[in-house]
Amino acid sequence: MSRSALFKFQLYVAGDGLNSARALANLEKICQTHLPDRHEIEVVDVYQQPERALADGIFMTPMLVKLAPSPEKRIVGTLNDIPIVLQALGLGSAPEA
Amino acid sequence: MESIQPPRSKMRPKTPPKALTGIAGFDEITGGGLPRGRTTLLLGGPGSGKTVFALQFLAHGAAQHSEPGIFVAFEESAKSILVNAQSFGWNLAGLQRQKQLYVLNAQPSFDLVQSGDFDLGGMLAVLAAKVKETGARRIVFDALDVLLLLLPDLQAERREAYRLHAWLLEHDLTAIVTLKARTDGTYPVSREPFAFMQFMVDCTVILNHSASMSVSQRTLRVQKYRGSSFDENESPFLIGASGVEVVLAHNLVRANAKVSSERISSGINRLDTMLGGGFYRGASVLITGFSGTAKTTLCGAFAESACSRGERTLFVCFDTNSTEVIRNLSSVGIQLDRYIAKGSLHMVSARTISGSAETYLVRIKALAKKYEATCIVVDPASAWSKSGTDLSSQSVADRLIDWSKGEGMTLMCTSMVDEMSGQGENGSPLQTSALVDTWIHLSYLMQAGERNRGLSIVKSRGTAHSNQVRELILSDQGVTLADPYTAGGEVLMGTLRWEKERDERAKREANDDFTTRKGVQLDAEEADLEVRLQSLKTMLTAKQVEKALLMRATKSEKGDLSREDTQLKELRGSDVTQGGLR
Repeated sequence: MSRSALFKFQLYVAGDGLNSARALANLEKICQTHLPDRHEIEVVDVYQQPERALADGIFMTPMLVKLAPSPEKRIVGTLNDIPIVLQALGLGSAPEA
Repeated sequence: MESIQPPRSKMRPKTPPKALTGIAGFDEITGGGLPRGRTTLLLGGPGSGKTVFALQFLAHGAAQHSEPGIFVAFEESAKSILVNAQSFGWNLAGLQRQKQLYVLNAQPSFDLVQSGDFDLGGMLAVLAAKVKETGARRIVFDALDVLLLLLPDLQAERREAYRLHAWLLEHDLTAIVTLKARTDGTYPVSREPFAFMQFMVDCTVILNHSASMSVSQRTLRVQKYRGSSFDENESPFLIGASGVEVVLAHNLVRANAKVSSERISSGINRLDTMLGGGFYRGASVLITGFSGTAKTTLCGAFAESACSRGERTLFVCFDTNSTEVIRNLSSVGIQLDRYIAKGSLHMVSARTISGSAETYLVRIKALAKKYEATCIVVDPASAWSKSGTDLSSQSVADRLIDWSKGEGMTLMCTSMVDEMSGQGENGSPLQTSALVDTWIHLSYLMQAGERNRGLSIVKSRGTAHSNQVRELILSDQGVTLADPYTAGGEVLMGTLRWEKERDERAKREANDDFTTRKGVQLDAEEADLEVRLQSLKTMLTAKQVEKALLMRATKSEKGDLSREDTQLKELRGSDVTQGGLR
């Protein structure tokens, strides 16, 4: 994977719920650390756009969808287990036990 | 939270509003369905019928009560659920087109990565929009356990379950949440998975699917129902052609049985005589006997006579194929095939039905309704004791009798008695003998190296009946009963009866001979006497003639003499007065 590839994220949140706020904070932290200047984050509030959540099949929140680079990847939760998130995004080596 | 409730009649005004499920039997058990605007937990192991139950609830609400529904599928895809439910004839596709039913695919993707806690906010937001759009009143969350188990800890599970519950109450939805759970008592209640859900909801229904003696048994039990009374017992149910059908252990709304004093023939004249005129219409008749004692033949005779009266009859054979039964019965002069051709007789081989005793009962009921039968023959009813426990087959037999009485149908059941176990008359295997109206027992009598069939009436309610054991004789002319002979306190049958009959005949014949001989002899004597009488009469006449002649001769001689005297006197000219003197 090219080091310069742009990461496009959608983060589905449920209003300003605690889990959603944590997920957004964790995502921003990961991006600043690992993807400085090559990430885009779109935050979608399912309360505001339920049709969009339905179309995208989002039933659990918070949900991070990595649209690019392909393949698409989905991670549910507060993203507080950073090694797992990095591995899922193809950014890290296998998490150390 | 459940209180001890006063009798239901007093509770009725306070009973919470309910939503009919359209599930036969279930609405009766719960007195009107599931709690309206509340959540019902539907627990059961895999394959216990949760999804079918839940779908039926939605389909019924949408089609019959204008209550649109939403089905949230966590485990199966919506497509496969709809395909699987097609056979029930609920027209789910049509309901979807009319926006009366919405199916949401909510299966978590298998390659979903999870990091940290999450909640159901997304789903509830989506559903809130859907409820608003469709005006849904009913909702089902099928296999919620799939979702809950993704949550990192029990605390999160509880939190999301409460979130869901609060959301349902807020939207005033009548909901079913299904969970896969072992409910066989393996866990103490508080340790059961999702026990908190059970405490949270207003109604809990447990479905069980187990094999009893290798036969599938489905049972349903309402475990709790806040604010309402309900039938607390486990009820058998089955998944039939139109969905879930719960079998009521007892008729909660029992129709008054139509009692008839009309007599109908058993098909055997002499048996009717023994019963004082036949069976009562609507009676239940049990025929017990060992294998080969002609139970089926009696059934055939009954069915034939019912059909010949123009009654529609359903004949359910369990152990044999119906064509075999028809062939075998034709050998004793019972011709059923013409009634089958006419459409008044329907023979069903129950070998084609597999399943629990409950399944049989429901099928028999359905068939009897379909064919509008007024007479039903089940041969042998003991066959379904193979299907599950004695207890369940017993209650099924009871309910069959109960039901047929309620419908005014005349029911004839046979029950095989196991010769080896020697139950004999004393232990009717299905123990239904207490319920049936007429009980006929068939037996073999072993005498003089023969087996002969004996028929006796053990009981017959409300009819005078013979106390005699009769011999049942099968021939190509038909079925008949022979008078028994008793000798030295023993009933004679078969050859012994025949010998006795022959002896009596010989005796009678000897008697006849004697009479004839004596008659002839008397005739001869009479003839002899008459001949003698005739000859004596002739002799008498001859004598009389002889006597008369003699008299005449004497007279004329006297006359001649006096004449000669007179002439002489005249000649002498003597005095007349001296005439006659010589």
